[in-house]
Amino acid sequence: MRGLLLRLAGSLPALVAVIIVTFVLTRVLPGDTATYFAGPTASAESIAQIRAELGLDRPLPEQFWSYVQALVHGDLGMSLTTGQPVLTDILARLPASAELTLCGLLIGMAIAIPLGIIAAVRQGSLADHACRVIVTAGVSLPVFFTGLLLVYVFYFLLGWSPAPLGRLDAFASPPPAVTGFYLIDAALIGDWETWRGAAAQLILPAVTLGLFALAPIARITRASMLAVLGAEFIRTARASGLSSRTLILTYALRNALLPVVTTLGMVFSFLLGANVLVEKVFAWPGIGSYAVEALIASDGAPVQGFVLTMAILYILLNLAIDLVNRALDPRARHT
Amino acid sequence: MKRRSFLKAAPAIALAAPAIGAAPRDAAAQAAPTRNETLLLVQEYGPNSLDMQGIGSSQPVNGVALNCYDRLVRFKRKPFDDVTTSFDIKALEPELAESWQEASDGTSVTFKIRADARFHSGRSVTARDVKWSLDRAVSIGGFATTQMAAGSLEKAEQFVAVDDKTFRVDFLRRDKLTMPNLAVTIPFVFDSEKAIANSGGDVWAKDYLKNNICGGGAFKVEAWRPGTETIYSRFDDWKSGPLPKLRRIIARDIPSPSTRRALIERGDADISYGLPPKDFKDLVDAGRLKVSAVPVPNAIWYVALNAALPPFNNVKLRQAVAWAMPYEHILQGSLFGRGVPMWGGPSTPAELKWPVPFPYSTNIERARALMAESGVAPFSTTLLYDAGSGTIGEPMAVLIKEALAPLGITIELNKIPGANFRGELNKKTAPMVINRFGGWLDWPDYFFFWNYHGNNSIFNIPSYQNPAMDRLIDAARFAPDEASYDTNVRGFLELGMHDVPFVPIVQPYHDVAMQRTIGGYQFWPCREPDFRYLTKG
Repeated sequence: MRGLLLRLAGSLPALVAVIIVTFVLTRVLPGDTATYFAGPTASAESIAQIRAELGLDRPLPEQFWSYVQALVHGDLGMSLTTGQPVLTDILARLPASAELTLCGLLIGMAIAIPLGIIAAVRQGSLADHACRVIVTAGVSLPVFFTGLLLVYVFYFLLGWSPAPLGRLDAFASPPPAVTGFYLIDAALIGDWETWRGAAAQLILPAVTLGLFALAPIARITRASMLAVLGAEFIRTARASGLSSRTLILTYALRNALLPVVTTLGMVFSFLLGANVLVEKVFAWPGIGSYAVEALIASDGAPVQGFVLTMAILYILLNLAIDLVNRALDPRARHT
Repeated sequence: MKRRSFLKAAPAIALAAPAIGAAPRDAAAQAAPTRNETLLLVQEYGPNSLDMQGIGSSQPVNGVALNCYDRLVRFKRKPFDDVTTSFDIKALEPELAESWQEASDGTSVTFKIRADARFHSGRSVTARDVKWSLDRAVSIGGFATTQMAAGSLEKAEQFVAVDDKTFRVDFLRRDKLTMPNLAVTIPFVFDSEKAIANSGGDVWAKDYLKNNICGGGAFKVEAWRPGTETIYSRFDDWKSGPLPKLRRIIARDIPSPSTRRALIERGDADISYGLPPKDFKDLVDAGRLKVSAVPVPNAIWYVALNAALPPFNNVKLRQAVAWAMPYEHILQGSLFGRGVPMWGGPSTPAELKWPVPFPYSTNIERARALMAESGVAPFSTTLLYDAGSGTIGEPMAVLIKEALAPLGITIELNKIPGANFRGELNKKTAPMVINRFGGWLDWPDYFFFWNYHGNNSIFNIPSYQNPAMDRLIDAARFAPDEASYDTNVRGFLELGMHDVPFVPIVQPYHDVAMQRTIGGYQFWPCREPDFRYLTKG
């Protein structure tokens, strides 16, 4: 417990650095927020008026001070692109991204881990080569391309998938928000029609992301399984006459999972940031597309809010991975 | 899908069939809107506010103002083709005002407000509400105030609430744009009592009105999730026109154009707004959907040449460029034919309107001759365009680069992200810029005032300064009679054609794709969809 608190304290400097860097970056980057939002027929006066309203005419240290003060009160500023407080926007959009990314990751894991195990156990076999092909394809196809291809085939040509209109069909209403995850919220109130609707909308984008996540997970599983299978304790276990099932799933896999879990954490945070394009293709109201829209409009507050949220998520995620590692590996508990 | 639409329709049938004792209108009002009364519209991005007068409102907010608020007057609708109804910018029809009368001395106009007009709150619309709203538009700053000033509506003192239902506008000067400017989306009418009650001390209730509809238009906003969707429902007590046929509109924000196209082609979306020209060309060719294509009034795609700085301060060089432009290639290769040619016209304007085809066309021999006459040695320069208009601007820029190479002009392309584009324009140093401009008020002098006038607004991208031009523009804006107006318009059109600080390329189409079952599409200067006239089924 104490170790955990220490770890958390250790990530504080990183957080402070993130706050400073994002603040400076959004101010230094080219692009004039006031001119952009003054609209097409803006006069010099109206641009100046907007600049004053946004506080952009004050010196940088002063702007930074008021930014930090607001931050302490949980105020991330206003988004000009949506016209709403950034915190509200992020809270509304984060669950959408998280649900999509988690589902994508689960799909990726469900395929990649067995694939990696088989490839390691039957090294050089047809299965191993198939694994290599799938993994290479998954990582080399850009996500927006996979996404558009899936939309084209499963929605446009076959009509199996519902219209890619976002998280729910236009005529359905979202379940009352508890977690913000539609699948969980709908299940909580037992509204299975909404659950099915949300799941149907989720499948294509999640598969798109899953395909992208395949490669690192499968490669690491394979490599780490190979290392473990070559270890002496496996030889001993095999010599002791353990069935290969027990050997692989109980002894080898558990040891091989450590690097896999670490990779999963990285893949998750990576997906969360990188699913911008999937969100665009599927009109998914997540934070990735939110941040990009804001960046294009040189709308600083949402970008800062996004980076900060991601930084916090990343810190929490690393913490969670440490905990899982401790549970998996007794040696980690004493370091 | 089918099962659900059946379930939605079933209660309506059940209620409508045994209509014994209940008036049909009541039954319809109680039933949930059926799929035929609900429209699904997909667009690239939705409103960032519900208040078009507020600072920083994006283009789709015009649609909110149009559908959820009333103005005193609107432009007279006139048929354009069998898909689209357009408007006559020079004629008005009643909206919130049932009639109006200009004073015999021409210094004011008095409006009579509809006796039965009510806000969504149920309160009767009064002249005080109109005054508060117009005062707000001229005082709030930003785009709203600039737009009002374009029609000489500048001060709160100009607006007078004579009594409960009588409202007067005093003219600052004789300006033909004053009346039409009352029909654009900006001077709409708020429920001022409710707005003030919720203002939280702010004199113009900016925060409240940004997030709430507080007026009496034909639609209310039922739900607004910025960046995701806006849902409108009909205000059944609307009196400023025939009751809309649609009862509910779901406008979803779908950023990817490919997804929008798939949705409209599969028949899941009823209307798709803002597709790239290539997609529209395909949809038109396929012929399965209705496509409304209106040449955007007053608007052109053009290349601006910086007339204030060398080398383009040389008029012969500018003319050489105008003769070297690959017009037809641009129209086909970058706009896929979705535009009206603005080249190959007679040497004097065929009609006194804007835009009008310029006398240039692709003629490399004439371009070379003029280049030689100009005495400019081969040089390198930069061509700027907005990354936001990438699908059109990019191919256009490449074609221009290729076409000017034989003249000895080497062009470096510079694609500027949307956020920086206006900043770059404001510097006034860019040698060549690809851009698009069109004013809401479709008069030639309006376009020329913004783009060619020596007051050097941000839109005078070439920084063109010519006192003769300024005199012609000013004289046309406040011309006392038709004859002097025509003379001056002809004058500035000819001067613009000779001096070519702007090389017009095409007048773009405003393209909207819809299902065959959709009718009543109305095109307005703000280009946003008007749900009040749309029909389905």
